[in-house]
Amino acid sequence: MPDYDTMRVSDPERVKRAAQDFIEAIPHARACNMHIEQVGGGSAAISMPYDLRLVGDPRTGVVHGGAVSALMDTCCGAAVLSHPDGPSASATIDLRIDYMRAATPGQRIIARATCHHITRSVAFVRATAHDEEEDGPPVATATGAFTADRSPAAS
Amino acid sequence: MIRPKPESVEIVHQRRDAALRALVSGVPYIQFLGIEVERRGDELTAILPFDEKLIGNPMLPALHGGVTAAFLEVAAIIELSWSTLWEDVESGRIALSGLDSLHMPRLPKTIDFTLDYLRSGLPRDAYARARVNRSGRRYASVHVEAWQDNRARLFAQGTGHFLMPDRDLPDPADQARR
Repeated sequence: MPDYDTMRVSDPERVKRAAQDFIEAIPHARACNMHIEQVGGGSAAISMPYDLRLVGDPRTGVVHGGAVSALMDTCCGAAVLSHPDGPSASATIDLRIDYMRAATPGQRIIARATCHHITRSVAFVRATAHDEEEDGPPVATATGAFTADRSPAAS
Repeated sequence: MIRPKPESVEIVHQRRDAALRALVSGVPYIQFLGIEVERRGDELTAILPFDEKLIGNPMLPALHGGVTAAFLEVAAIIELSWSTLWEDVESGRIALSGLDSLHMPRLPKTIDFTLDYLRSGLPRDAYARARVNRSGRRYASVHVEAWQDNRARLFAQGTGHFLMPDRDLPDPADQARR
């Protein structure tokens, strides 16, 4: 089971290990081979390798937008949980994704999310997704609102 | 007045189902999520049969918010492609024998997609229907609704804007056009 509270302690290695355990406990994140690159203090970076199963256009080999959405949603959730005032569980209330360009076939995609504001009940998050051309324009950006209820039964 | 004899229902079914299959079965990601599409006339319902790998919160358990997003986006794109493909198929402009995953009509590209998560996705089958609110030469706006047990209790809805494929560019599906 994921240990959400450890994600907020200060030792970065321990945090990263806990975060990787957290993501591996999410069946869909595991199915897509998502990997934690960085997490803590209300921000997170999660990568997803290129995978033929995720292709949305068989002619070009470009990954489906939905797979990018799933990566960004996961990353936004991890950012919320890693916030110093974050909840122990969170769910998406609203998510908007803008697709700037097709991800280059064969390249991994990395999402970076920041929980830039949190209230007693809502966490506000921004995210970007890049392929391996990290200096180029993002593949997609997202903004979202997530639940931030502190009670364990929050959903 | 002599009216042409109506086509047999089998021929009509065959043609429409083949067109739909070309849209759905050729996309690896749709297969990965396990999405199926049912057709009644021109009305489509996308179905996401429950699978363990779609879970996002193992403790509740609940469907992954990203899976819900992907399901709605897939349903929107299929509805939009279907609405443009329908006329070509019904008029016989597209010969279905030539349609496969590499000779599909060009798909619309998502510009943006906004999702409302209304309640958590339960670990069971989900359904979605999309409505094309506007479809111009360049841009389209599509709304999608998704539910599980009860059609009136949506668990998610979404609106997306799409860039329509350029009809002036050579389209691989033209090889299948007569």
